Amino acid sequence: MPPPDGEQIDTYREEQEMDVLEKLTILSDAAKYDVACTSSGVDRGGAPGSIGNAYASGICHSFSADGRCISLLKVLLSNSCVYDCSYCVNRKSNDVGRATFEPHELADLMIQFYKRNYIEGLFLSSAVVRNPDYTCEQMIEVLSLIRNTYRFRGYIHVKAIPGADEKLLTALGLLADRMSINLELPSNESLKLLAPDKSRESILEPMRKITTGIHENRTDLVKYRHTPKFVPAGQSTQMIVGASPETDYHIINLSAALYKKYELKRVFYSAYMPVLAGRNLPALETKPQLLREHRLYQADWLLRFYKFEAAELLDEKKPNFNLLIDPKCNWALNHYDNFPVEVNKAPYETLLRVPGLGVLSVQKIVKARRMGVLDFIDLKKMGVVLKRAQYFITCKGKTILGIPNNPESVLRGLLSERSWELAQAPMDQISLFDHSKSTREDLVKCITGQI
Amino acid sequence: MHYGTDLAATEIIDYPAAPEQVRQQFSSNIAYVYDGSFEGLLCCVYESYYQKELPSAIFSYDQAQETLFPAKEIATNRTSAQKVLESIGRKISREALKLVRACYFSEKKDREIMILEFLRLGYKIGSAVTNMLSHDTVRAVTKTALTVQRESHYHVEFLRFSEYDGVMVAIIEPKNFVLPMMYAHFCDRFPSEQFLIYDKSHKHAFIYQNGEKSLIPLEHLELPKLSAKEEKYHELWKRFYDTIAIEGRINHKLRMNNMPKRYWTHMTEFQ
Repeated sequence: MPPPDGEQIDTYREEQEMDVLEKLTILSDAAKYDVACTSSGVDRGGAPGSIGNAYASGICHSFSADGRCISLLKVLLSNSCVYDCSYCVNRKSNDVGRATFEPHELADLMIQFYKRNYIEGLFLSSAVVRNPDYTCEQMIEVLSLIRNTYRFRGYIHVKAIPGADEKLLTALGLLADRMSINLELPSNESLKLLAPDKSRESILEPMRKITTGIHENRTDLVKYRHTPKFVPAGQSTQMIVGASPETDYHIINLSAALYKKYELKRVFYSAYMPVLAGRNLPALETKPQLLREHRLYQADWLLRFYKFEAAELLDEKKPNFNLLIDPKCNWALNHYDNFPVEVNKAPYETLLRVPGLGVLSVQKIVKARRMGVLDFIDLKKMGVVLKRAQYFITCKGKTILGIPNNPESVLRGLLSERSWELAQAPMDQISLFDHSKSTREDLVKCITGQI
Repeated sequence: MHYGTDLAATEIIDYPAAPEQVRQQFSSNIAYVYDGSFEGLLCCVYESYYQKELPSAIFSYDQAQETLFPAKEIATNRTSAQKVLESIGRKISREALKLVRACYFSEKKDREIMILEFLRLGYKIGSAVTNMLSHDTVRAVTKTALTVQRESHYHVEFLRFSEYDGVMVAIIEPKNFVLPMMYAHFCDRFPSEQFLIYDKSHKHAFIYQNGEKSLIPLEHLELPKLSAKEEKYHELWKRFYDTIAIEGRINHKLRMNNMPKRYWTHMTEFQ
């Protein structure tokens, strides 16, 4: 490593003398705003002489005080950034403690945590130190220590460094299970305003490269069985919601395009946390739009598992989700003439669109109705929750006695007393952030617990 | 209206038979007593099947005798057990076998009789028995199995090892006897480690050493003081755990939903 020059020497020495505990504190604190902590997408058994395995379903190991899952050791390799993005805590001009892990320190820490069953693997990201290529090389060093020296077969999620050489990104991708590049903000205009050093192109270009990498590697695999896999668990991204003026319609369309065009495995949404004051940023006392984030995740689920199209959920006239009810209920009320559907006859896809019925419930219904005609009591016995579904289904041609049959009254039934009063008032009077007015269930789930 | 004994009605009674009806046909005033092992339970199934009798209760030796019925001792016999085991896979399904195993490890009081009723129904219906989700017996078995599988998975997630002289040790306090269901996960994951998982509530320990697995009864486990090095890793983990939470999103209720408090006792981050 060439000796750093000028005034950098002091910070360099400080970082060298810092112990691992201090570094961990600074570098996990700096990494916590990255939402993704999933360890899913790849199945890999253990092997003699090595350590670790991976499960496609992913395993959580703890939940932090904010209720979010802890699955991976989520840290930055370094937070000494050369960039100055105004929304980012690690921007050059911000006055925070700086730290950098030595590759062997981080590799050892991760393996020791793994042995104690604290974590499922590593989520490694980094600020740009010196330049993108150098940063990428350092990350490769950490990963190759973990994979080759410790012979680790568990999960590794790595952040691609935009601007790094393609060859380096490929080397990184061969060591990791999942690679992600954060889209940061939902539109190019917002990026220009808040992250002047980044542009839509500089993010989408490497994203496209990862997609091609996965494809090329797939054809390689056919020829040589032992070709190392390039990011076998695919790629994901994250965008900040609420720091810029984009509508839900814009965001959901963007996600749908990312799933289709770039074959992303996940898009994460992160309600903007005002940690910094900035000319172009929302005021510091702005509350994070947690409920909106929750609705976006619900809609995201509808896109990925419920075969909905983005255009079905919202349109330009109604560009934002109703915060009082979930997107599926909202859709069902707007298409009330499709309902009610008969539980014993409706095809799988139709049942999936019934509010309150999830994939598991629908699978149970389809299984059980082969054995006999189902009525509401059977559904309850099977553990199908009818709270919302009862308004949209029939059993043997009949609805539950006394269930209303027009969307107005159904909405009324779905909402609590207070929410109903609010729904009557013009929308603009409702504070988006007043939690006491939404349903309890949503509040509990509200904070990305399902990620 | 006329509810005569037409063909349709008899068909309905015949299929799928509710446990009460089975009991009426076969019920005997006998309780089975077995050794408490899974093989022993399978022998009870064997006995019931070949004697065409449905016991009113099944007990293991160490359970208090709570019945007035005469007890019939069922000897455990590997051959009969093996026969029953194979027949479940062949005549019902592997899924059914999985449910039965999970149910057996539960602490539910009448689990043996529940399993017996489920298997009798299974032999009659075949693999479709696991689809009969609204049938009382099937539902009870599925639900119990799910509880056990869930608890087993929670322990895979929340169990914590600490190192004592090169051996990784974890202590758990499960409600159901989940240890036999979860150790395979750790053997696959840590093939080169030596570890011990101690189930404090069922007084059993699983030991993995040089690739050898053993599950043994263990009355008490005395652990030495943590080494300074181990203390350091505990401190590092606790620090990470505290730092990773975002202050603006604190939500204790959500945390408790995802990670029930009874698991916190043995978790490093709460010590």
